[in-house]
Amino acid sequence: MNSTTITSPVLAARGIRKSYGRGTARFDALDGVSLEVYAGQSIAIVGKSGSGKSTLMHLLALLDSPDAGEVMVGDTDAKELSVKQVNRMRNEDFGFVFQQFFLNPNATVLDNVVLPLTIAGVAAGERKARGMAALQQLELDDKAKNMAVNLSGGQKQRVVIARALVNNPKVIFADEPTGNLDTMTGALVEDILFSLNKDKGITLVIVTHDPELAARCDRQIFIRDGREVGSLDNAGAAA
Amino acid sequence: MKTLDIIGTAVDNTFRSKLRTTLTVVAIFIGAFTLTLTSAIGTGVSNYLDIQLASVGTTDVLSISQTAEDAPDLGDGPLRYDPTRATADGVPSPEAGFSTGVLTESDLDAIGNTRGIRDVNAVVSLTASYIEYDAKGKFQVAISENAELTKADLAAGEQLTPSDNNQILLPASYLETLGLGAAEAAIGKVVTIGIANYDGAMHEVHATVTGVQNLTLLGAGVRLNQALTNELFAAQTDGEPTAYERGYFLASAHFDPTSNDDQVAAIKADLASQGYTAQTLADQIGVFQTILTGIVAVLNGFGLIALLAAAFGIINTLLMSVQERTREIGLMKAMGMGGGRVYALFSVEAIFIGFLGSALGALAAIGAGSIISNVLANTVLADLQGLQVLQFAPGQVAGIILLVMVIAFLASTLPARRAARQNPIDALRYE
Repeated sequence: MNSTTITSPVLAARGIRKSYGRGTARFDALDGVSLEVYAGQSIAIVGKSGSGKSTLMHLLALLDSPDAGEVMVGDTDAKELSVKQVNRMRNEDFGFVFQQFFLNPNATVLDNVVLPLTIAGVAAGERKARGMAALQQLELDDKAKNMAVNLSGGQKQRVVIARALVNNPKVIFADEPTGNLDTMTGALVEDILFSLNKDKGITLVIVTHDPELAARCDRQIFIRDGREVGSLDNAGAAA
Repeated sequence: MKTLDIIGTAVDNTFRSKLRTTLTVVAIFIGAFTLTLTSAIGTGVSNYLDIQLASVGTTDVLSISQTAEDAPDLGDGPLRYDPTRATADGVPSPEAGFSTGVLTESDLDAIGNTRGIRDVNAVVSLTASYIEYDAKGKFQVAISENAELTKADLAAGEQLTPSDNNQILLPASYLETLGLGAAEAAIGKVVTIGIANYDGAMHEVHATVTGVQNLTLLGAGVRLNQALTNELFAAQTDGEPTAYERGYFLASAHFDPTSNDDQVAAIKADLASQGYTAQTLADQIGVFQTILTGIVAVLNGFGLIALLAAAFGIINTLLMSVQERTREIGLMKAMGMGGGRVYALFSVEAIFIGFLGSALGALAAIGAGSIISNVLANTVLADLQGLQVLQFAPGQVAGIILLVMVIAFLASTLPARRAARQNPIDALRYE
């Protein structure tokens, strides 16, 4: 299924290290991890909590910079990008799905979904059209005017996916996307994510400790104590 | 994020925590309300003074007095006796009892001979006994001294002229009592003024009413032209001992009305070197204005103190906002919102709170002030025609609102910086 011609990785990490704190309180979250993410791939970063898997995703998503090593975006070292370029990249090329949703409870569903477009400075009319299109894709267009606070957990996560989708990103980063959902809803959200990957060629980077979710990805990277302890390629895994 | 979106989002955010916003707005409201009222008092009274003094003032008159000798400081001994200075001492002038600052006839000559002075007249104190019209009863009369310095605020008729005929301006309140009727009708009528001479014998002097003046700060008494003043003064001093040397407190002198400021300053300097203090009306108004400005500044100070307190309210409110919205800020930053925009978002929120509070405060002040001002003008201050204690200048009100918005912006710097500097990851992890 994953028939996209793989040439150079869209994102790559080379020997990245990241630590927090100082002296005796110093904690090495990542201790030399290398990783390549190819366009159209779905990749799972698997590990227990505290393993450094979220830190790895944050570094790949340019939300943070490594203490040592390089994060490459295409052929460019992320260090060489200006703050503005990094902001634009996160805004236009990346979509984010978080376990805790991070929806503004007092804003409408539509306003939540179009937040990346608002930040990008897209005109109000176009924002609405694109936001509605994204909601339609997730069959939530009838909830557009509802307050986000009034939605169920599954609906919320679908809104979050719509938000991640609204700017037509190249890569969607998902941090425990099903962590807060029951099994059935979780499976539904998974289906949505993988169909985006399959139909639209959106690269997926999923952080999870759920082996079933990880098994659906093209590739699994196992992280323990800040190091990569193995990887697994599942040929034709995506369902 | 577009500027319009930032403003819209900031305004929405303002109303998210309604109670907190309301309380902060109330604090600003109080400050803006006070400041608007106090500055309106400043404008109102200052305008009144301007109308009363400046617009009616004559520009070619100096009022001149002896420069007062410095009084010895408390605890110093008495000053040395100066025989030249003392010549006017003990002169049984109407103002006797004052030891310094009296002008004699020779002083008046010296003033008259000063370069640039056209003529000089002593300002005399006249104590007329009564005023009467057409044998309709005699009434007491108050005479404004130094009427030359200002033009009357006329209800009818014309200003006094340097004519040889006796002319008088009556306050509007005199008309009915004297039986003169309406203001227009009183013009041209002849009234009789009774004045006692040195021996107590009554002289009667006739004068034509040329104008009726509104009741003002300066218009409480009747005004006389120089011819009438001279005649009354002659009557009052009739029978005095001939060796009597007279002293005056004040003289008024005319100079060329086309003189520019430098020339006036030169005349004043010349007089000062001779030991006289000369003031134009503008100088005298200046003193009033300085005092008024001082009072209004103190009042405004109270308003500003209230605003300062309110500014801390804004800081507090925004800090809580930033705290509450930590994850939201993190999310927006993760989605590529720049720090500057986050900063702007919180600044605009503060500015909007400032605008709300100050606009409401100013509106309430204008409403309350207009009512108070009208009530006062019709009751306590009814006698002072044209006095609106509170006057709201649009520019000033706009200035106050703007000032509050600037204060709000400054108050927002600390919370907004905190928000702008947040690391998206830490913010998203924040529980």
